[in-house]
Amino acid sequence: MSEALRQLPPLIASHVLLAAAAMALALVIGLPLGLAAARRPRLAAFSVGFAGLVQTIPGLALLALFYPLLLALSALIGGGIRALGFLPALLALTLYALLPILRNVVAGLQGIDPAVLQAADAVGMTPGQRLRLVEAPLAAPVAMAGIRTAAVWTIGAATLATTVGYPSLGNPIFAGLQIERWDLVLAGCIAAALLALITDGLLGLIERGIGRRERRLTLTGAGLLILGLLLACLPLLHGPERTVTIGAKNFSEQYILARLIGGRLEQAGYRVAYREGLGSAVAFRALESGDIDVYVEYSGTLWTGLMGRTDTPTRQAMLDGIARWIAAGPKTALVGPLGFENAYALAVRPNSGLASITDLAGKAPDLTLGADLEFLERPEWRAIRDAYGLRFRATRAYSPTFMYRALQSGQADAISAFSSDGRIAADHLTVLADPKGAMPHYDAILLAAPKRAKDKHFLAALRPLVNRISVEDMRTANYSVDRDVDKQTPEAAARWLESRTRR
Amino acid sequence: MSTEALAYEQASRRYAGVSAVDYVSLKIARTSFVALVGASGSGKSTLLRLANRLDTPDTGRVLVDGKDIAFADPIALRRGIGYVFQNIGLFPHLSVAENIGIIPRLAGRAPIDVAAALERVGLSPDLAGRLPAQLSGGQQQRVGIARALAGEGKLLLMDEPFGALDPVTRDTLGKTVRKLHDDLELTTILVTHDMAEALLLADRIIVMSEGKIVADASPRELLAGQTGPEANALVAVPREQAQRLAALLQ
Repeated sequence: MSEALRQLPPLIASHVLLAAAAMALALVIGLPLGLAAARRPRLAAFSVGFAGLVQTIPGLALLALFYPLLLALSALIGGGIRALGFLPALLALTLYALLPILRNVVAGLQGIDPAVLQAADAVGMTPGQRLRLVEAPLAAPVAMAGIRTAAVWTIGAATLATTVGYPSLGNPIFAGLQIERWDLVLAGCIAAALLALITDGLLGLIERGIGRRERRLTLTGAGLLILGLLLACLPLLHGPERTVTIGAKNFSEQYILARLIGGRLEQAGYRVAYREGLGSAVAFRALESGDIDVYVEYSGTLWTGLMGRTDTPTRQAMLDGIARWIAAGPKTALVGPLGFENAYALAVRPNSGLASITDLAGKAPDLTLGADLEFLERPEWRAIRDAYGLRFRATRAYSPTFMYRALQSGQADAISAFSSDGRIAADHLTVLADPKGAMPHYDAILLAAPKRAKDKHFLAALRPLVNRISVEDMRTANYSVDRDVDKQTPEAAARWLESRTRR
Repeated sequence: MSTEALAYEQASRRYAGVSAVDYVSLKIARTSFVALVGASGSGKSTLLRLANRLDTPDTGRVLVDGKDIAFADPIALRRGIGYVFQNIGLFPHLSVAENIGIIPRLAGRAPIDVAAALERVGLSPDLAGRLPAQLSGGQQQRVGIARALAGEGKLLLMDEPFGALDPVTRDTLGKTVRKLHDDLELTTILVTHDMAEALLLADRIIVMSEGKIVADASPRELLAGQTGPEANALVAVPREQAQRLAALLQ
């Protein structure tokens, strides 16, 4: 737990910064819009209706929608807009916060007794005086209630910013869910809940101060709120120049490798931050734009995904092709392959007498293939099926956990597996060789951001990892994090892996 | 001074095609206490609101102290005219003292003597720190009158100011207003639908019907029944009540 707590301060800082910025922007938009809408019923119906519509979009989907939107916008104005990180998170949260603010400002203003407004005119108030002396103070308690709601929502929803590559308290939550480290999940949830409670309490103090016309109470609440904001953001003051951001996708192997890379860079004198839980498509773009400095990608993912290739070259030919593609286009740095693959493979029980897919093909008509839910729909399956003439008696789809159980219990005789999966080592499974080279390669390769391509100090810290990680070691490390008993942290697994690379 | 405190020249105001005020010409002399009487919808409130530009005439002119108010700054105009209305409209978030002092504050003038302002409308200075919600209806309207007078204007417009009050409070407040009118040499226009109130407080009674003035006379003339059928109908009730009450007392 203490390790989980140690990584919280910088995350709290960026979380608070994002939520505060979104609230500020929502207030800058919502207060004048609410003011205008309170006097124009049609504008009120439209703007509150629009904000309500936004509210029905799930938070995660709203964040995801801003990514293509900003990409398109960036393309339209010739680049320069960052489609990942702070901006999409800010925009989505602002839209989210708008409804309660807008609705309550309108309700607060419309709820003022018409006689009071008539009196304000009759005593000769200018429109500005009327707003400042009568409308604002009378609408404030209702408006503040809306602002409180918006603040609590925003702080909660800011955890989702992790998914678009902005560090928030969602980092430990998403990472913990993925590797089943409940202490991480709890740390993130409790921290976010505490932030929301404290903010709500202080805003409540301000609300009471306004409601009871006690200026001192209002000022105390506002002062504490600003103080808390500054305190929370304190960790951001540390110089960012030497800080390296390491990206990781959302599975154990990525978390372990990110910590392995992080450890090396820390030894080289860098301050290290992690952005974890990145989607596959998001990660490379984040690297290209410099939002992250380094991460581990898989050759086949680049080959078929970003490069749009459909052929299946040899391992080395694919790496060469990727190097040429990077040099011509994205200008990111290819540090090199780590030495193992996380590719689709076929695995069988130990002592089955099978060694390669060719052996399997001869016996397949008597055997059952267990596959994960998507394998049978993927090009990898078609490739080996056609290359080896595989015809199974039956094929069954399982969720990954049940697939391994099915193999052990004999319900399946061969399964689709990921070659670096820790369960291969744990169950002593045999991974069948692919003599025809039909299965696409998924070499783990270390990529760095364009701005690091010429950073000798940086590259020197990472090069010793190239070709130093065997698939057996990776399986062991993955298993130590994934297993149900005696679970290791990704940090511990990374330390062990580091010791293996130095042999 | 020869100019009237307030004058209407062929003023009219229509809402959605219906005349609320229909080409009214009227002169109100300085220091007179005028009651505007008529049924609901007769246009009396609208006529009053034309005087401080809470409403604007479609045709004609309204003159205050001989000047066409269409060319006056409405903000300065309203600060110089007292306006009291049935719903009072005290600012609920401001204390009694702040409510009374609002016009000088808006105008950037020196703060008024709140205690004196309260005493002159018959309230204890102890109430200065209270919020309006802590006062009775009658007290609230007294604060409303004090607020209207704090602008130090000589013209006081009152739109059914006692409408929501009980009969006893109505009566004492009416007397207070009449005394203030006399002491401060105000020009007061009181809109009411209560003919008895008008007869007892005002020097001059103007009866309106469908946007037009149908009678304009002193209380004595009205009671004599010389001023047309609408006025006679309105006067008939209090006159008969007075006669019955007099009979009971004998």
